[in-house]
Amino acid sequence: MQILKVKNLNVNLSGEKILQNITLEVNRGEILTVIGPNGAGKTTLFKALLNMIPYEGEIKWEPNVRIGYVPQRLDIDIDVPITVKEFFKLRGKIANAKRIREALSFIQLEENILKKGLGEISVGQRQRLLVGWAMMDNPDVLLFDEPTADIDIYGQESILKTISQMRKKLNLTVILISHDLNIVSEYATKVICLNKKNVCYGPPAKVLTAQNLNELYGGEKAFYEHKHG
Amino acid sequence: MEGLIQPLIVAIFIGASTSLLGAFVILRKMALAGDALSHVALPGLALGLMFNFNPFWGAAGFLLLATLGVWFLEYYTTLSVDTLIGVFFTVSLAIGVLITPQQELLEALFGNISLLSWREALFSVFISAVIIITLLIVYKKLVLNMLSQELAQSIGVKNRILELVYLLVFALAVALGIRFVGALLMGSLVIIPAASAKNIAKSLKSFMIISVLLGILTTMLGIIFTFGSKTAPGPLFILISAGFFVITLIIRRFRFTLK
Repeated sequence: MQILKVKNLNVNLSGEKILQNITLEVNRGEILTVIGPNGAGKTTLFKALLNMIPYEGEIKWEPNVRIGYVPQRLDIDIDVPITVKEFFKLRGKIANAKRIREALSFIQLEENILKKGLGEISVGQRQRLLVGWAMMDNPDVLLFDEPTADIDIYGQESILKTISQMRKKLNLTVILISHDLNIVSEYATKVICLNKKNVCYGPPAKVLTAQNLNELYGGEKAFYEHKHG
Repeated sequence: MEGLIQPLIVAIFIGASTSLLGAFVILRKMALAGDALSHVALPGLALGLMFNFNPFWGAAGFLLLATLGVWFLEYYTTLSVDTLIGVFFTVSLAIGVLITPQQELLEALFGNISLLSWREALFSVFISAVIIITLLIVYKKLVLNMLSQELAQSIGVKNRILELVYLLVFALAVALGIRFVGALLMGSLVIIPAASAKNIAKSLKSFMIISVLLGILTTMLGIIFTFGSKTAPGPLFILISAGFFVITLIIRRFRFTLK
């Protein structure tokens, strides 16, 4: 069943074409991964999907779809006066004690983290927290903007593994911005390569070819072959 | 002693509402912009003094225009709002100083609370209550919006409307406080209690409560110390709140070395 349909999406910001003629479809339970170099419009695509910026073309979500969003990072100070528990509570009524406990166990964090400051916990913990936060309302779709450098790769793998299991259990749809092509080839059911326009689109095995990646990143793409650990 | 009660009541309410607002100004990291924005009130205040209408409305009108302008610029242009605030709002301070009647200038810049009528006092209490209640209704959404607009949007927060409400509350609070501390120092009354609270608060709840308590304490002490003298209360408020800021800094330092 189709949960998202994007047709001829164009985004212009201050006279610059950020996205051109993007067309894609996502079915329920799929993991669509968005890859592309810096400045390719990946985050802009997410913003358009969240209806935060003006766009031309068509973005059609399944009616009454619930979207969970995991931002790449929070721009906060280390001493921001908000505890983790209060951060959960910002969600409003649904953030009751039971749901908070469930969210914590899902992201594998101890309950004592609730008392810590939001800026005080590690980047990896904060990212897990954002995933748990987004999952609280049992969303149909998870938009996941993966952090670039500031998180260790094992933490990244394990959170994706958890999400991937969750996807099977709940028929969750995931749209993921990723920077690690190994992760993409392992978890994605579909890939879109973005460089302002649609460079390639399809299942990872078909799409992640040397030629496509060359065109996408404009040069040698050594790190696809590079294995972690 | 009797003459002290009315200004004290007004002081408590204004201290509470401005310092609660301050908590969000600090979270939004717009301490300086907020300060500059508060200067816009002066020309409006001056017009009120010149043409003999309640200066609150003059100040509120100018602040309203300025905050709507900021909101519009932020959403519909790519201009740097920070720069524009820095330039235009300082200009408006200059214009305000030029057109404010000379004998009123000191009061407009540094405030005076002893001259309030009971009607004005009640009005101040009412507006303060409106500010506090509005902020308490929207504070969760507001904090979320300040942490990440995208995150807020994803759970259905209407960011633009929320920010408009926030700016309107800001305009109202500054217009209210201006009679009290004056156009030049109003921004500090908003910012310093919250900045002090941030030094020692770890949770949102304690941050808001400490900020409000410090705001109330500042304005109350300011009124008590200036009672019976002809000194403008504004500068004293700022000195007292700056004192609290230093104390909280020391507490923070102490705590961190203890760890």
